[in-house]
Amino acid sequence: MSGALMKVQGVTRKLEGDFPITLVADVDLEISRGEFVVISGPSGSGKSSLLYLLGLLDVPTSGHILLNDIDTSKLDADRLADIRLTELGFVFQFHFLLPEFTTTENVAMPMRRLGRLSADAATKRAEELLDSVGLGDQLQKLPRQLSGGQSQRVAIARALANDPVLVLADEPTGNLDTHASANVQTILRDLAHQRGKAVVAVTHDTQFAASADRTVTIVDGRIQK
Amino acid sequence: MQLLATIALKHLTARKRQSFVSVLGIVLGVAFFLTISSLMQGSEKDFIRRLVDNTPHITIVDEYRYPRKQPATTLYPAAAVEIRSVKPVTETRGIRGFERVLETVRRTSGGLASPVLTGQAVVSFAGRDHGITLYGMIPAEIRQVSTIWKYIVEGSIDDLVANPDGIVIGQELARRLSLSLGDNISVASPIGQIRTFKILGIFRTGRSDFDERQTFVTLKRVQALFNKTNRINNIIIRLPDPYPARDVAAELESLIGYKCVSWQEASEDLMNTLTIRNIIMYTVVSAVLIVAAFGIYNVISIVVMEKQRDIAILKSMGFHARDIEKIFVFQGFIVGIFGIAIGLPIGCGFMTALMQVRFKPPGSSELIQMPIDWGWYQFAIASAFAMVAALSAALLPARKAASVQPVQILRGIQ
Repeated sequence: MSGALMKVQGVTRKLEGDFPITLVADVDLEISRGEFVVISGPSGSGKSSLLYLLGLLDVPTSGHILLNDIDTSKLDADRLADIRLTELGFVFQFHFLLPEFTTTENVAMPMRRLGRLSADAATKRAEELLDSVGLGDQLQKLPRQLSGGQSQRVAIARALANDPVLVLADEPTGNLDTHASANVQTILRDLAHQRGKAVVAVTHDTQFAASADRTVTIVDGRIQK
Repeated sequence: MQLLATIALKHLTARKRQSFVSVLGIVLGVAFFLTISSLMQGSEKDFIRRLVDNTPHITIVDEYRYPRKQPATTLYPAAAVEIRSVKPVTETRGIRGFERVLETVRRTSGGLASPVLTGQAVVSFAGRDHGITLYGMIPAEIRQVSTIWKYIVEGSIDDLVANPDGIVIGQELARRLSLSLGDNISVASPIGQIRTFKILGIFRTGRSDFDERQTFVTLKRVQALFNKTNRINNIIIRLPDPYPARDVAAELESLIGYKCVSWQEASEDLMNTLTIRNIIMYTVVSAVLIVAAFGIYNVISIVVMEKQRDIAILKSMGFHARDIEKIFVFQGFIVGIFGIAIGLPIGCGFMTALMQVRFKPPGSSELIQMPIDWGWYQFAIASAFAMVAALSAALLPARKAASVQPVQILRGIQ
């Protein structure tokens, strides 16, 4: 798979302590633009840990993670935060919207942090993104006024705020009913196939996994060949 | 920065009651700080003003600050000289060549200077004797270098110009000896000279010892009474600006040799007491703000604990650790700003109310007003102290928030 967006080379993540734990062991993985990849596996297998490593939220104990051929293992915390801001988008199982802010403000937040757009322009783009996930009529609602499915769609819109190259989703449908789950699944797949984003999602849901371009199965921290 | 301030403000407005209590702490702290410090500053200024008004700015006395060296010691400074059983020459006390000294003093200090001869005497009236201090001065000059004329309750000190055999006494002495204006009293000096003086004025300063012992007579009469013709033992100086008195006194002393005592030196113990009083006052008032700071610390610590998940999300979004720190420091700043903005007018209200208070201290016949000093620096100090307290209180929880590892939080929740 030449010209990969992200290359994971021999990545291992261990937690030190009296009882050391290996979360992820010797993982090699490549992810390309426009690809919808699902990471599946049993509970405690290291799926989320791998996703946090891919999302540069965690740092590997050994190995390298290259994003656009930049070795992220050599970067400091601020530079990693900058990459997360501009290149990555996150969707979590629990939507994790900021409860004091409206849906529009939540979506506009990464844009305002980046500062490339004015506050008005960021708000306008946030409204467009919310409209694109079918929430054009919920712009001024607070997170507590939304259903689980709606909140998750707001989280997706927020993940897309700075037009990232890679969207990472951790059990995005794990807390949703069938209808909402199918809706989120469709949005994520369209992100990859229609908008050219690389999408990596962790899931237990076999139906969700079946809709992916590629499924990576992980057991005891190791990818099953 | 605007985004971080907005997040901080949202956090505070989401917890209205706790935020209100935090702001209230700062409001009360600022108001009390402002009021008490203005009151203390005002009373200090009032005290110093009275002190400066009622005492000479510099007094030159007929003595030397350090004992004069023996000629042998001066001649051989490096030698091991030992002189035993030295008896100083008996000399007539007083400032030698005082006209020349006065000229030097007036030229150097730029102030007004007047010669004075003081000494102890005994006044006799109706079979009763009482020890007094005679203050021999030039009546035409005393008005310029002293404020005693302000305290005359009967007669006038100017009458001494027309009647050199007059005396001005304190009300307390008049009361003790049942004296009144126009009475004649006999004054005896330690060398046995006795003179009769007519009471031409009675003063009341409010200081009982001064009002009981101090008397004012013309310089010539005191010189005659003590047999010290053409001698004085004090020069009192009034400067255009009293505050450099210490430096001027040092300069004069280096020029004329006699001990020159500034009002600051003469009142050093009182000034030290004022400093200690200020330290105590600022400590007590600061304690109010420190307690308020603990309130802010508590509130922001709780917000940090409750907002661990939000902090993790902000960091996963790409916020730096210092952005998170700023959000919580901003919360301290916002509480501080609101506390100051509300506290200062309330403090002004307290001060205005205190200024209306008039009361009669025990033993005084006058109504006095609370002395309040409304300097801009009082406002600046109160605001700065409140802001430092608020920011310091916010800094610790803010640092804790900045150190949150998003993975640990996300892993813990999921």
